[in-house]
Amino acid sequence: MSFRIDISKLRLFDRGSVVEGQIDQFLDKLTESGLIFQKALKAYFEKSYQPEMEPLVEQCSAIESKADALRRDIETQLYVQTLIPDLRGDVMQLLERLDGLINCYEANLYRFSIQRPDIPRELSADFIELTQTCGVSVDVVVLAVRAFFRDIDAVRDHCAKVMFYEHEADVVSSRLQRAIFSLSLPLDQKIHLRYFVERIDELANAAEDVADALTIYAIKRRI
Amino acid sequence: MELSALIFLSAGLFLGWSLGANDAANVFGTAVATRMVRFGTAAAITSVFCILGAVISGAGAAHTLGTLGSVNAIAGAFVVTLAAGYTVLQMTKLGLPVSTTQAIVGAIVGWNIFSGSITDYAALTKILGTWIICPLLAAIVAIPVFRLTEFVVYRSKFHLLRQDAYTRIALIVAGILGAYSLGANNIANVVGVFLAVSPFTDFSIAGLINLDPADQLFMIGGLAIAAGVITYSKRVMMTVGDGISTLSPVAAFVAVIAHSVVLFLFASEGLEHLLASAGLPTIPLVPVSSSQAIVGAVIGISLTKGVHTVRWKLVGNIALAWASTPLIAAAISIFSLFVVQNVFNQNVFQPTSYTLTEAALRQLDAKAMPGEALRPLVGETFKDGAGFLKAANQRVALTQAQEKQLLWHAESGDYRIELAKIKKFDDGWMTAEQLAALRRLDGRHFDYKWQLAAALADQSVAWQGLPENKVNKLHNKEIGERLTAVFRAFAVKP
Repeated sequence: MSFRIDISKLRLFDRGSVVEGQIDQFLDKLTESGLIFQKALKAYFEKSYQPEMEPLVEQCSAIESKADALRRDIETQLYVQTLIPDLRGDVMQLLERLDGLINCYEANLYRFSIQRPDIPRELSADFIELTQTCGVSVDVVVLAVRAFFRDIDAVRDHCAKVMFYEHEADVVSSRLQRAIFSLSLPLDQKIHLRYFVERIDELANAAEDVADALTIYAIKRRI
Repeated sequence: MELSALIFLSAGLFLGWSLGANDAANVFGTAVATRMVRFGTAAAITSVFCILGAVISGAGAAHTLGTLGSVNAIAGAFVVTLAAGYTVLQMTKLGLPVSTTQAIVGAIVGWNIFSGSITDYAALTKILGTWIICPLLAAIVAIPVFRLTEFVVYRSKFHLLRQDAYTRIALIVAGILGAYSLGANNIANVVGVFLAVSPFTDFSIAGLINLDPADQLFMIGGLAIAAGVITYSKRVMMTVGDGISTLSPVAAFVAVIAHSVVLFLFASEGLEHLLASAGLPTIPLVPVSSSQAIVGAVIGISLTKGVHTVRWKLVGNIALAWASTPLIAAAISIFSLFVVQNVFNQNVFQPTSYTLTEAALRQLDAKAMPGEALRPLVGETFKDGAGFLKAANQRVALTQAQEKQLLWHAESGDYRIELAKIKKFDDGWMTAEQLAALRRLDGRHFDYKWQLAAALADQSVAWQGLPENKVNKLHNKEIGERLTAVFRAFAVKP
């Protein structure tokens, strides 16, 4: 048992507010990577692969690295300073799940950059719609997470919206896959396009998983 | 330094240690169990503020001696203290929060039975009330306090981490206040009675801080409580904060606040006096205990989330521990008194004799007591209170209040007022007027407590009780405490 008094530990407000700021920054990174993802893919679907895509991929990758570092720091601080002892585990899982979303954005951008799928013109609109719907579902998850920290009553509403957008994404994804397989394209190209539809749709599914977990965390977060 | 003094004192320190181990849970149990405050931090804070409370606010207790003051022989007080401390230790081993005061009262009842002294049944019914009314009140208070806190927390929309920081500070502040009052309220019970055998002399630190023997004894008592907190209090803390029900940090704070509100509203004679003096309706005073209140508050908060969230089996065990604590303490006390008296040949009680005189009878008549019916008892000496009351009741049925009056007017003793002993009260505890009245009685001799009290009342209004009502209650209580101290100080040892 130690009774050594560490003055730095007595700055109760300081230590909390630093982590509070870091959590907000982490969520900002998720939103930023989403915006870059949308911008890069919209251009891809409209004009096919352009070399201008590469700086965006690198930007997303840099954001992912920063988000990773932030997450690790937040987790360390939560443990070292024994903050929110009852919800620490939940918050850490939540951050890891959100980090998974940023990874998903980054990985998808790399896939497009490396594999450069050939998107038929007639499918562009559907691909853009799918990307936007998935992006919105992630944006709403960010709102839900911010609400989890500040306004617990709003979490439920945001999570309900995430479920809605995930369903919308499923609808667009199914429609798109039907369209792909109804076109007279070589099978390998069809399979390649389907693979990309699934990878993009994965974002909405992951967002829904976060929302599901968040609903439970919010119940536990009630005093 | 006499060895016997050290041995006697050790019982007080043991009781202090047990008290620290058990009662610290009332203060920091919920905070530690919810991991909002580290056990080490809680133990350190409790220790420091317990000692401060004991030394700074325990001062009056140097004269009132606490609950154990009624035990009139030091060896008896030693045994009673040991019995109470041992009982609390056993409950602490089981991780059950119990009231140390109730263990002491139980042990004193054992001493009363052993010595043939009269037990004040009001004290016993008070304990019964504490088991039921106190947790019930705490639970009832905790529910709206919890709802209100919930409303404020959700409306304020603080960030989770900010809420965490505020809760932590609130828990620590509440813990500091709780620890201070734990030391202040209990130090008298722990070492008060051993003041008479205190081996200490005046002690000065660089001429700045002067510690009289009472201060030193209280500091050592406070240290004993602190040692109990540090070495053995975690188990009971975990029962209170996590065993009964799983609490959130905010709920942990609400539990401490609800428990304090109950102690303040329903047990504060000061508050009653303040309200009554202002002509406002008073809140009825009920017997409360910190241990019972915190358990009630935790149950109340848990009930807001559903009956199933409370671990009722443990609650049952706690209730059983409450009920058995005074009984076990009494049994251990009786057995140990027997051993100490007969094996170690120690005087565990001073026999008190009762003799009714004509003068006392006149006093009783004046108080509308059936004096005439008791006249046959005049001049007859009874060796113990129980026998005296039995004889009196055979002549005329007396109410409890009448019995009290009769005992007060018949308890004989030997009291000599000496100027040298009056110096003992020069520490500001008594008013100048009270001291002056006492000085005027220098050299006088009294055979009965009531005579000495009446003589003091004749000397000064400062020694006169006021008509019994809520406004005067505190004043009369203070006079009673000072009279008891005077009796103790000027009694001539046989």
